[in-house]
Amino acid sequence: MTSDTREVEQLAQQEYKYGFVSPIEAETVPKGLDEDIIRMISERKKEPDWLLEWRLKAYRHWLTMKEPRWANVHYPPIDYQDIYYYAAPKSLKDRPKSLDEVDPELLRTYEKLGIPLREQEILAGVAVDAVFDSVSVATTFKEKLKELGIIFCAFSEAVQEHPELVRKYLGSVVPYTDNFFAALNSAVFSDGSFCYVPKGVRCPMELSTYFRINAAKTGQFERTLIIADEGAYVSYLEGCTAPMRDENQLHAAVVELVALDNATIKYSTVQNWYPGDKEGRGGIYNFVTKRGKCLGKNSKISWTQVETGSAITWKYPSCVLIGDNSVGEFYSVAFTNHYQQADTGTKMIHIGKNTRSTIVSKGISAGRSQNSYRGAVRILKGAENARNFSQCDSLLIGDKCGAHTFPYVEVQNPTATMEHEASTSKINEDQLFYCQQRGISKEDAVSMIVNGFCKEVFRELPMEFAVEAQKLLSISLEGSVG
Amino acid sequence: MAMLEIRNLHVTVEGKEILRGLDLSIEKGQVHAIMGPNGSGKSTLAQVIAGRDLYEVTEGEILFEGKNLLELEPEERACEGIFLAFQYPVEIPGVSNTYFLRAALNAIRKYRGLEELDAMEFLTLIREKMQLLEMNDELLQRSVNEGFSGGEKKRNEIFQMAVLEPKLCILDETDSGLDIDALRIVANGVNALRSPERSMLVVTHYQRLLDYIVPDVVHVLANGKIVKTGSKDLALELEQKGYSWLEEEVLAQ
Repeated sequence: MTSDTREVEQLAQQEYKYGFVSPIEAETVPKGLDEDIIRMISERKKEPDWLLEWRLKAYRHWLTMKEPRWANVHYPPIDYQDIYYYAAPKSLKDRPKSLDEVDPELLRTYEKLGIPLREQEILAGVAVDAVFDSVSVATTFKEKLKELGIIFCAFSEAVQEHPELVRKYLGSVVPYTDNFFAALNSAVFSDGSFCYVPKGVRCPMELSTYFRINAAKTGQFERTLIIADEGAYVSYLEGCTAPMRDENQLHAAVVELVALDNATIKYSTVQNWYPGDKEGRGGIYNFVTKRGKCLGKNSKISWTQVETGSAITWKYPSCVLIGDNSVGEFYSVAFTNHYQQADTGTKMIHIGKNTRSTIVSKGISAGRSQNSYRGAVRILKGAENARNFSQCDSLLIGDKCGAHTFPYVEVQNPTATMEHEASTSKINEDQLFYCQQRGISKEDAVSMIVNGFCKEVFRELPMEFAVEAQKLLSISLEGSVG
Repeated sequence: MAMLEIRNLHVTVEGKEILRGLDLSIEKGQVHAIMGPNGSGKSTLAQVIAGRDLYEVTEGEILFEGKNLLELEPEERACEGIFLAFQYPVEIPGVSNTYFLRAALNAIRKYRGLEELDAMEFLTLIREKMQLLEMNDELLQRSVNEGFSGGEKKRNEIFQMAVLEPKLCILDETDSGLDIDALRIVANGVNALRSPERSMLVVTHYQRLLDYIVPDVVHVLANGKIVKTGSKDLALELEQKGYSWLEEEVLAQ
């Protein structure tokens, strides 16, 4: 290994900057999982019977399933009886009416993360539905949204206030039978976000949720459901950071999106869960099922994700293009460092006529990490004139990491147009020297080159998120350069 | 004291000695040309002064304004005022030319304890320099050197040089791959930067460039050493006679 390679690797030795634990007492149900635990969760949340039944069916189905092993990730077996399935911050038994009632400790935690809620309300115009552990603690801008008929609230609240909508769409995109982790989530999901944008309404602000895991050994089972009715538009931001932990924490979220005729949903994620330490100890296991259904004609669903955290990422935000002329998009940056493993990508299922999909995936591997793109494009029989464009680029930093690409293509209609481009490159020493010769430090040069590599994805992010994403990537790359 | 002082420089790459006891002294305000046959070590010299770590300095020293350059990182050398116009400028996809240049300029200003320039101040500065190199906006907005023609890349190098205003400019085969019009533009840019405060080291294989950038001193590099030093007429002599007579002369010694 040349000295340059070594230095480049040192750049990647940055430790997780958001590692701290807030001393908030969590109220948990006992460890482990059985029907009683599920009943207990449902009861705490005062859920209607149909939802409890749905959870139990999911649980019974889950018992018949096996954990998937096809992904290019390796981890010791998970003991599902050694996990707490529900925790709520104790001080929030009675939900606060406004931010003033929120535990100051909690607010300080957000401030440490650089997310001053109050300032965000005023400055950024972002409505924040903050999920701390498993219960939503603060919902802002609600009144303004209400005027437009937009429902944006905690999932558990939606179950109480809008049961007809929840019942109609819950599991309609990701049924509990879909996969092992989706079944588990359906059985035990704690909370999450719900959003409904009525006919013809364009949501005037970015909707944002910050997810955090805080209590030790508490799996997070978020459930998000977003429905854009005919002609509606909504842009949703999801971002998260987590405190430092030694034990692995399981995270199995489900996100369902439904777009009706002429509706558009833009879903952006910055994921920064604790990735484990330099030796690969600890870190979040992130097994997420995200899927959108373009049910209506001319509908559009666009996923943009920046994945920098988690020890293991298993995540394939997908689009089912049912409506004629519907559009699916997937823009992804996945950064892995140290011993992180990511197996991420998308599925684009073309069912309707003239459906179009775009996939742009940028994988960056550093340290001893493994980064895989796994994508499937399926053009079904009825999908006349379907089009797909896929581009998968990998960038390697150092010589101990790996980049892998697993594209699957299935075309059942001969009128389809498919394009696929792929590249793998290394940050080369010529580029670094060129930057340095112009006065730019090696560390800044690496950051600049990586950000340039990701540009096509970052420009899909809403402005404030793009800035955060670039900062996050730079932080992840920072290191001890001599 | 000379601006750049090189004494008994020995450099190896992958165990092979390229420079074998090179001495060179450049006074402030002077333009020196280094000529020599292919493989004589011209580009190695340029890269070693700029701090490329592919090359190992086994003996000798390089002083820049009295400072020991060999102890400095490449970016520190750049901030001290050394600029290398690359023979093969590197492409950086996704990073716009202006973003790159502003980052470079502000890194250098910060090193020197100056205020960083904001976007507006920077824009005013580059507008002025753009005319010098006949650069257009479109070229500035594109990613660094990506999809540039050979001529555009070289023009971009000199444009960067004009913006960064270094004390010592090293031009490494800047004429290679340029047609006569591009050569004239580049040379005009370089000449506009000549000043009593600035020194230049022009590395070239051909005399052609020196018709446009007229040097004060010409050196001939062969077998890793300066074998002959003279006025600009030496370049013309080389053009007529080639390099072989010099190499024979060296071997005869």
